[in-house]
Amino acid sequence: MGAANVDKYKSNGSTAGDLLEWVDARFPLMALWNEHLAKYYAPKNFNFWYFFGSLALLVLVIQIVTGIFLVMHYKPDASLNASGVPVAFASVEYIMRDVPWGWLIRYLHSTGASAFFVVVYLHMYRGLIYGSYRKPRELVWIFGVMIFLALMGEAFMGYLLPWGQMSYWGAQVILNLFSAIPLVGNELTLWIRGDYVIGDATLNRMFSLHVIAVPLVLIGLVAAHIIALHEVGSNNPDGVEIKKKKDEHGIPLDGIPFHPYYTVKDIVGVVVFLMAFSVIVFFMPEGGGYFLEYNNFFPADPLVTPPHIAPVWYFTPYYSILRANTVNFFWIDAKLWGVIFMGLGVMIFFFLPWLDRSPVKSIRYRGPLFKGALGIFLVSFFILGYLGMLAPTPGRTLVSQICTILYFAFFLLMPIYTALDKCKPEPERVTG
Amino acid sequence: MSCDETVDCGRRRLLVATSVAGGVAGVAVAIPFVSTFAPSERAKSAGAPVEVDISKLNPGEMMTVEWRGKPVWIIHRTKEMLDDLTKIADKMADPQSNRTMQPEYAKNEHRSIKPEYLVAIGICTHLGCSPSEKFKTGAESGVSPEWTGGFLCPCHGSLFDLAGRVYKSMPAPDNLEVPPHYYLSDAKILIGEEKKGA
Amino acid sequence: MKKLLIALLWVPLMAFAAGVELHPDKAPDRSRDNAALQNGAKLFINYCLNCHSASYFRYNRLTDIGLTEAQIKDNLLFTADKIGETMTIAMRRAEAKQWFGAAPPDLTVIARARSTVSYSGADWLYTYMRSFYRDDSRPTGWNNTVFPNVGMPHVLWELQGEQVMGADHKLSLAKPGLVKPEEFDVMVGDLVGFLTHIGEPMANFRKQLGVIVLIFLAVLFVFSYALKREYWKDIH
Repeated sequence: MGAANVDKYKSNGSTAGDLLEWVDARFPLMALWNEHLAKYYAPKNFNFWYFFGSLALLVLVIQIVTGIFLVMHYKPDASLNASGVPVAFASVEYIMRDVPWGWLIRYLHSTGASAFFVVVYLHMYRGLIYGSYRKPRELVWIFGVMIFLALMGEAFMGYLLPWGQMSYWGAQVILNLFSAIPLVGNELTLWIRGDYVIGDATLNRMFSLHVIAVPLVLIGLVAAHIIALHEVGSNNPDGVEIKKKKDEHGIPLDGIPFHPYYTVKDIVGVVVFLMAFSVIVFFMPEGGGYFLEYNNFFPADPLVTPPHIAPVWYFTPYYSILRANTVNFFWIDAKLWGVIFMGLGVMIFFFLPWLDRSPVKSIRYRGPLFKGALGIFLVSFFILGYLGMLAPTPGRTLVSQICTILYFAFFLLMPIYTALDKCKPEPERVTG
Repeated sequence: MSCDETVDCGRRRLLVATSVAGGVAGVAVAIPFVSTFAPSERAKSAGAPVEVDISKLNPGEMMTVEWRGKPVWIIHRTKEMLDDLTKIADKMADPQSNRTMQPEYAKNEHRSIKPEYLVAIGICTHLGCSPSEKFKTGAESGVSPEWTGGFLCPCHGSLFDLAGRVYKSMPAPDNLEVPPHYYLSDAKILIGEEKKGA
Repeated sequence: MKKLLIALLWVPLMAFAAGVELHPDKAPDRSRDNAALQNGAKLFINYCLNCHSASYFRYNRLTDIGLTEAQIKDNLLFTADKIGETMTIAMRRAEAKQWFGAAPPDLTVIARARSTVSYSGADWLYTYMRSFYRDDSRPTGWNNTVFPNVGMPHVLWELQGEQVMGADHKLSLAKPGLVKPEEFDVMVGDLVGFLTHIGEPMANFRKQLGVIVLIFLAVLFVFSYALKREYWKDIH
């Protein structure tokens, strides 16, 4: 559906119509509108799981808008003010108290960070169960995993900015991961920090990356993700290609225009999401200590590590994988293995389109082997996430080691169990 | 709204209802964001009214205090200075301060609550420079032989008299602004606030 | 398969059973009791604000708990000139560090910072302020069961009296103070209530606004859901 094939808008004689015609003659407005909304045919059988894509876009907008306003008042400055509090930490409290409505904007942003990961994890899970990563949507999936990676970086750097104890020590631990890299590790870590400790230089570069660099990358990736999706068309809960059955106009028989059908449906999803979001923002902004960690209300103190440090909940599965590696294999020590496995834990998602050998896409027609593997993967992921919030003990480390193996087994054994699985036949057309 | 085959009235009604509710939500969300641009509590605290002790200000002298980051002049005028204000009134653009947005108590020839004390913001109403004092009179002032004392704005040459009134045909359009203020006692002025209940 | 899943869920639960946690007393809720909060403010300003600042909290914000600007100016404004200023202190941090071993922390958000997943920061503070006991081995002569070897002396000792640690590791009142133990608990409750309040002064307003927002979203939900059903009539 290239822009050239679409008829240009013809005015109906009204002023607005004339203006539209003028613009459309110079800019592919109607072509874009049709290609992405009014004549983008989406399968008619989208279910609950298909809300999370548009919700992720909504949260991105919330984060960017609230972020713009927070930057107007926040100060990335690690030096101490007259009361002995770091300026950055005090400026967050300044936003919370002195800026009119600043508390609301800040809570929207802090809650938005967690909401982003809730929505994105559910969006990824949808992809897993309905095989949305399979041919021809490999690039959609790859852009998606890149978004996930960028989001992790964005969240990590944003978490440093309040300059509380958890900001400081969380960054300390994560930035020290780079020191595990052989030969150049220590120099690299020093270069990333820009100081011998995490300090003003680190805070300022993280601030710059958080508010400018990564958001630009994110927006670009999101655009690529959507453009690629609209090129190949959406998958659906049955995992069958609606483009195979078209009517005489070339419109998929099981397709309906995204606008208005899915716009009105997504609005309902948005309202329900906003209700859940508001419950957090207005009644439990700390999210029980999981969205805003209590220890982060202590200003950063480079001399005192809090008794128990844990990353924010959305990082904990990967943090567990990091800690699970306690053995030196070959010539590489456990610390580096931990870093490698944590990195692989995310990177491995990139290869999913080529690991899956099943003849069907959707879990609806998959056999018991895939369902079992997915179940074990999910449970392992949750246990890893849970363990990542707790201090390690020998028992917990053992559990996280088992779960790490199960996590990777889901991917690495996939070519085998998906090929062996007894699948049900896919229907010709979408159901329901 | 006419209902025929081409217009589905039930659908249109719902569309309008949802759009209106959504629009209200949009405006309601915009309010907090727009409000963040307003002065913060810190700015308000820094811009809070200033108490000034004028008991040590001798006749013919001027003192400057800072209020909201701007210079506020307090001039203790002598009898002669006040008499001169009447004499030069016809050279003024707005001798009775009727034209400009000023507190009620500045709408007179001496532009003050008590005739001898002038309280005015020392910022030229032209483009915001701070005029310099030219209290010496006559040729000695370097302004003109008839000069009875006042202020000269260094940026574009606007002249003001000792009541902060601008001379005719000057770049500055209006007399110097008189800030809200009132007397806490004979010796103390509170600048930045109107008298409560006044 | 199911057995494996159950086993997988069980192992971590067993692993988490261990761990010693503090079980502080529950602090009374003062969030909607202005008289108690005002008393807390008075106690805070008289006893705490010499060494600890509350440097993000402005005096004029005390109007939230029902005080007038004149009352604040006449009775509570000791460390600042203007009512719009924050509760800072004159003590120098370097000197304070020498005297106490650590500079006394700013207390504006202490009630939030001391919270954990299992108890609120108010609970911790409420228990801490009532858990000082005589210990001559400490430079200040005081120790604390909640915060062992704390640098802070027992500032409220005249009110509470002197507690000592018994052989059973329980505290008992050896010398009575100016107020009865029950009265002392109420006072500490007020003080902690005030600390909780200044940790997030907008908390009450936040909840009120939340109710309005949710009601509005519920209305919007009804409209948007009806609209969705109206359009989707075409499809099914």
